[in-house]
Amino acid sequence: MKFDTPAGQNPIDQLKVVGKPTDRIDGKYKTTGTAPYAYERHDVAANQAYGYVLGAGIAKGRVRRIDTAAAKRAPGVLAIVTTLEHPRMERGMMNAAYLFGGDEVQHYHQAIAVVVAETFEQARAAAFLVKVDYAPTAGKFDLAAEAKGAKPVPGDSGEGSGGNGEERVGDFEGAFAQAPVRFDETYSTADESHAMMEPHATIAAWEGDKVTLWTSNQMIAWGHSSLAKILGVPKENVRLDSPYVGGGFGGKLFVRADAVMAALGAKAAGRPVKVALTRPLVMNNTTHRPATIQRVRIGATKDGTITAIAHESTSGNLPDGDPETAVSQTKLLYAGANRLTAMKLAHLDLPEGNAMRAPGEAPGLMVLEVAMDEMAEKLGIDPVEFRIRNDTQVDPQDPQRPFSHRDLVGCLKLGAEKFGWAKRNAKPGQVRDGQWLVGHGMAAAFRNNMVMKSGARVRLAADGTVTVETDMTDIGTGSYTIIAQTAAEMMGVPLDKVVVRLGDSSFPVSSGSGGQFGGNSSTAGVYAACVKLREAVAQRLGINSADAVFADGQVRAGNRAVPLGQAASGGEVSAEDTIEFGDISKKQQQSTFGAHFVEVGVDAYTGETRVRRMLAVCAAGRILNPKSARSQVIGGMTMGTGAALMEELAVDTKRGFFANHDLAGYEVPVHADIPHQEVIFLDEVDPMSSPMKAKGVGELGICGVGAAVANAVYNATGIRVRDYPITLDKLLDRMPEAA
Amino acid sequence: MKSFTYERPSSPAEAAAAVARTPNAKFIAGGTNLLDLMKLQIETPTHLVDVNGLNLDKVEATPEGGLRIGALVRNTDLAADARVRKDYGVLSRALLAGASGQLRNKATTAGNLLQRTRCPYFYDTAQPCNKRQPGSGCSALDGVSRSLAVIGSSEACIATHPGDMAVAMRVLNATVETVDAKGAERKIAIADFHRLPGDRPEVDTTLKPDELITAVTLPKPVAGTHIYRKVRDRASYAYALVSVAAILGKDGGGHVAFGGVAHKPWRVEAAEADLPRGAKVVTDKVFAGAKPTEDNAYKLKLAERTLAAALNQARA
Repeated sequence: MKFDTPAGQNPIDQLKVVGKPTDRIDGKYKTTGTAPYAYERHDVAANQAYGYVLGAGIAKGRVRRIDTAAAKRAPGVLAIVTTLEHPRMERGMMNAAYLFGGDEVQHYHQAIAVVVAETFEQARAAAFLVKVDYAPTAGKFDLAAEAKGAKPVPGDSGEGSGGNGEERVGDFEGAFAQAPVRFDETYSTADESHAMMEPHATIAAWEGDKVTLWTSNQMIAWGHSSLAKILGVPKENVRLDSPYVGGGFGGKLFVRADAVMAALGAKAAGRPVKVALTRPLVMNNTTHRPATIQRVRIGATKDGTITAIAHESTSGNLPDGDPETAVSQTKLLYAGANRLTAMKLAHLDLPEGNAMRAPGEAPGLMVLEVAMDEMAEKLGIDPVEFRIRNDTQVDPQDPQRPFSHRDLVGCLKLGAEKFGWAKRNAKPGQVRDGQWLVGHGMAAAFRNNMVMKSGARVRLAADGTVTVETDMTDIGTGSYTIIAQTAAEMMGVPLDKVVVRLGDSSFPVSSGSGGQFGGNSSTAGVYAACVKLREAVAQRLGINSADAVFADGQVRAGNRAVPLGQAASGGEVSAEDTIEFGDISKKQQQSTFGAHFVEVGVDAYTGETRVRRMLAVCAAGRILNPKSARSQVIGGMTMGTGAALMEELAVDTKRGFFANHDLAGYEVPVHADIPHQEVIFLDEVDPMSSPMKAKGVGELGICGVGAAVANAVYNATGIRVRDYPITLDKLLDRMPEAA
Repeated sequence: MKSFTYERPSSPAEAAAAVARTPNAKFIAGGTNLLDLMKLQIETPTHLVDVNGLNLDKVEATPEGGLRIGALVRNTDLAADARVRKDYGVLSRALLAGASGQLRNKATTAGNLLQRTRCPYFYDTAQPCNKRQPGSGCSALDGVSRSLAVIGSSEACIATHPGDMAVAMRVLNATVETVDAKGAERKIAIADFHRLPGDRPEVDTTLKPDELITAVTLPKPVAGTHIYRKVRDRASYAYALVSVAAILGKDGGGHVAFGGVAHKPWRVEAAEADLPRGAKVVTDKVFAGAKPTEDNAYKLKLAERTLAAALNQARA
């Protein structure tokens, strides 16, 4: 099905099943331990052995020699594959770092060997016996030091947000110089780890020259073609299966060393091999959100109309890596005739920087939305009002191009009202509650809505059961449930008559999960397949498909009512289709919007910041399931709070790695850090997005929330910290006497 | 994890003897730290002597009016003990500020005293660390050191003792009781129990290799407001950046020890007379001679302000 005109009335609009806050249909499996994650697929292949990946102990240089003699003699060892025995392997899609092979070490904890043994403990113990002789060379590890030489480069996160190295509209410099009120500050954001609960894990088994990988991956089709390329086998000889993913956040968009090392280990051992990366390897072997240094300049008239806006970001990466696209939102969020955005990239020899939940917008808004707060204060205008005053209904870089639907102002106004923003004391450092300095902050949320081609197959059985098959993944987001809701709505059956099967590369290719495009795109693909199935059913029943009504488990036409399953009485009815999006998303800008409001307490003595209250108002088209959508938004708010207050991969700039590479050292918010969170969705639809009229919501929650926290800390203390995370050591020197 | 043998002796002296006669042996109680370190081959004992069955899990009153805490009393049980809560609030609060519920259920009194540093380089076996591998060098000195020691450190090591419980025991003047392989018993003042790193950072305490902790005794209760204030980047499950264990009167007078700042709980008794004069005069004395890194110099200001918070609480 080609989607190139706005969606009209369709069966989804009935909203009998779609739009309801349905419990997730896989919830019972998750809560009873019967939803097996990759490493737990004990039943898929007999005689599984364990692989343990050895990471390089240097950040840059060469492996001279690997002595495996002692390790090979260790109990239970079946095989050892080292990087020196293997030519450097091809890279998969969007891999900047090479995953294995050859003697060059590009970054710390790069995989240099896999030890396969009968038990995990034996594999790990033997890995400690592998002796590696390195020839280290000097590397570049300090973004601040390398930023000066960084050059503007185009870049794309692989999830849609991106652009040219430098983009200009009008005459920024001239307009900024003439602006009556000017703002110019520089900020930094930290390297962050996805820190998903389930580490990267894969079981690989070869049968002749065919390999199956039971893995944990967000994008099955990308992984499928990437693994064929990396392993040098035809695509039809590779199968991926990833029905449950214990969190990805962008860290599992692309193939990583777990899959490659499991495949190589299995080949060497002649047995199925399972590999999970240890937490230190998750942090230093895989990818992370790169740190940035960002400068924002805003020029405005005294009444708060922006006349000039510039946002420049510098990040670092390995030689073939991309920049963090932290300026994307600044092209679209606020009006202003004269504009400049630029992305610069420095060469760093740290582990690969790549996509993490809302790449670009998450760190970009952490800066832009603090700059807006600072500018509002400079102008003496309320920060909510300042944003409303600079709203735009068209793409500011291309004013002929409207937004498909944009209600940022609605989010800001409703949020301010529900949060009690009017009662906030705009003067910082004024509100005290016992030991706590209390502050309130807000920020706009913005994330583009991307649409991706997505396919599905839908099968009807004689008992009326509808089975959906697509290689879409559920990374904890609720894909199973919204896909079931879509099929139930389309086929007129209750949810319990729908079976959803996901994550298998033998199923039709879907959008996959990333860039908050999965929910809308994959359900639109299911919609398309269901439209075809409805036609096939009508045909079997001898009904004109235009007259057929699918409801209550029946197909009705005129006075005739037939049980749906009857269409399959002579054999299963199956239909497959793919939704493909025309240039509709190019003609109009599709984005999602929101407003975050946060109350924090900062300990007057110690500078510890604790969030007390959070509210997000979101405008993201039709909400397919308010319950799972809310879970996505509060998860994003939690992650953004971590970025604002504690998350930082601490760079050892001398040795070139992230030193705090476990979950005791890399702190993320725990329950005690997060208060009750409130989420309100505006009641809207966007017919330009898809037949579902929905948009993405999985990343909107993290966008802007960090800035709202930072602005609240400023309001509480009067101290502006422009270097994330805002830990107490950055506040203490400027904190007023406490007593 | 390397393979190891395992035994369960039937008395504390037998346990000590078992460790004495077996090369490369270690005691194991809760195992909440040791097993993690063994998995990473930071600790590589080849024999474990399990002391869990030694009947050392009672909290008893002493004739002197104090408490004798068995080495195997779990952190959860000790924190919840009615006598501890009533008379040694600083200890109960310190325990509950540490780790998580699951870990406290398993962790023991003696094991808590013996937990090893959380310095990131101690945990990365590819990096030099004098504590893990004597003579290999200290990566933290010019590395990531935000959480590490500001005082009492050496050129060889800037690790901290990561615990909370020991800081409270330090302000309570606890005594560690031990037995060795020959059955000889010894009492070690908590002040002398943990070492400074000096040029032997691999040695955390003054225990002899075959010496088993049997109990920790507390003297009779000290009146005052018992405070344990732990400062950290998140509200739960984090090691202290700085902690203050204090017993303070209404006038601010009393006793104070600091955690998260040194290789041992840090207390300078001579500074305590100044407590009624406020935090700064005390911390200036307590931290005289501090040698922070650029990354952790904030701890000096933080210690002062955290003590000020405690004084404010006591006066309220």
